[in-house]
Amino acid sequence: MSAPQPLIEVRGLDSTYMRGTPLETVALRGVDFTVYPGEMVGVIGPTGSGKSTLLQHLNGLLRPQAGRVRVAGVDLSDRRAGLRSLRLRVALLFQNPEDQLFERYVADDVAFGPLSLSLPLEEVRERVRRAMEAAGLPLQVYRDRLTFSLSGGERRRAALAGVLALDPQVLVLDEPLAGLDPAGRRELVSLLAGWHRREGRAIVWASHSMEEIARLADRVYVLAEGRVVLEGTPRQVFARGDLLAACGLEVPAVTQVLLELAQAGLPVRTDVLSLEEALPVLEALLA
Amino acid sequence: MPEPLIQVQDLHYTYNAGTEREVPALRGIDLEISRGEYVAIVGANGSGKSTLARHFNALLLPTAGRVWVRGMDTQDPRHRQAIRRAVAMVFQNPENQVVATVVEEDVAFGPENLGVPEEELRVRVEWAMEVTGIASLRGRSPYHLSGGQKQRLALAGALAMQPELLVLDEATAMLDPAGRRAVHEIVGRLHAEGIAIVAITQAMEEAAQAGRVIALCAGKVALDGRPQQAFADEEALRSLGLDLPLMARLAQMLRERLPGFPAGVLTPAGMVAALKEQALSRGGRR
Repeated sequence: MSAPQPLIEVRGLDSTYMRGTPLETVALRGVDFTVYPGEMVGVIGPTGSGKSTLLQHLNGLLRPQAGRVRVAGVDLSDRRAGLRSLRLRVALLFQNPEDQLFERYVADDVAFGPLSLSLPLEEVRERVRRAMEAAGLPLQVYRDRLTFSLSGGERRRAALAGVLALDPQVLVLDEPLAGLDPAGRRELVSLLAGWHRREGRAIVWASHSMEEIARLADRVYVLAEGRVVLEGTPRQVFARGDLLAACGLEVPAVTQVLLELAQAGLPVRTDVLSLEEALPVLEALLA
Repeated sequence: MPEPLIQVQDLHYTYNAGTEREVPALRGIDLEISRGEYVAIVGANGSGKSTLARHFNALLLPTAGRVWVRGMDTQDPRHRQAIRRAVAMVFQNPENQVVATVVEEDVAFGPENLGVPEEELRVRVEWAMEVTGIASLRGRSPYHLSGGQKQRLALAGALAMQPELLVLDEATAMLDPAGRRAVHEIVGRLHAEGIAIVAITQAMEEAAQAGRVIALCAGKVALDGRPQQAFADEEALRSLGLDLPLMARLAQMLRERLPGFPAGVLTPAGMVAALKEQALSRGGRR
């Protein structure tokens, strides 16, 4: 069996802000980054590590200054490459995306994207219905709800519905859970995981929460000072607590607990990423 | 009996009061906060946390009810300056809190405006930069600091006011793990020095570090107690849109399987200690 074609292929990407000025800042240095169809890829890194800059290259908001970015067959270093078709395949949800809701009614906001694609009206309607359903805002309940009357969690999900209505191949999320209360976080995680599973589409998920990434990602990239310093499964990545700490990151809290027990000489495995995995280890320890 | 630092009596607050777009945010809050306390305020989005905290330094004034800071009624404009001096706030987004073009001047901005004499101003600014670990950045432009550095700068600016109460409104929500840890350490040190802390947070792990947890629900106080009490009832927390801290959940799972595993474990440090002790005592019995 041949390896599947990557959906996103970034090779040797450099990016510098304010080039040629005294404020020149290097954001990315020789970054390689690959996403295969249907994958859930986590991106972690301290503030200023280049995460957001990388994400903005994935839908052509930024063009590569050096190196190559290929997304769904489109080479973004080619200035003639059209961004329109790209933005249909790669949907980017920024931090606090609810700030960008602007229509009076929720359903109108969700319909904005598909309408601007000049799709037939029937198709627009169907997409809005499906996207709102997927975002936990069933159309029959939320059709006439005023955008400003939604709760914080609902507003976040309305913004999500707006990008899901574009039917993207890849959903790129920058801190999707930041600022939500625990119930809102739980709900959004289950909706996103559901969409990912059902549609088999890829998600790129950047976060400061190691717990989130450990639990959800198939593969993780660690960025520091504009470079990829580590890549692998969550288990591989979070086995490198030393390297993560040096980057200003950490391992999930439950992993840290087991590491401290092991340091104290207790016989426990430390390659544990969730409470569910930790439980049998601790039961065995205390049996 | 010494007067409380903050006293809130039947506080109601309604946004856009008297218009068609009225939104009641606080609906009868009563509470007191004493000098030197460390209080976490938790609650679902829209439960009124930030609205409540903005009453602690007269950024908002009650629609009905009263708020006193060190016995001073916040409605009385003559007290406004003294109240702002006593209660400092740090918000979620550090970008919006920068006022000067040089770090050191930014820290000095608040007390300078209060007319603090030059000599004392210098002492305060040095102390604030020292505590927050930004002394080496003093000559830098705030706009080129990292998010974590900017938040420590905001904290330094608040501290230069020498407040009795520091209110942190989701101040670590946007920070990376190292930035979050740095702010937590600073806050812990300030609390040890006797400064009262009110931390508004969505992170139950953070709330578990406080001495008292207040949960709001739809503009009312739904829970008020020590973290061990507040985080004892998972059902009640869930009904408020909240959750157990991660380690409390693990402790609960362990208690279901291993009778005798101690109650009240809420933090990673507490979990490590409990597990070590249990492993030793159970090993001893074999």
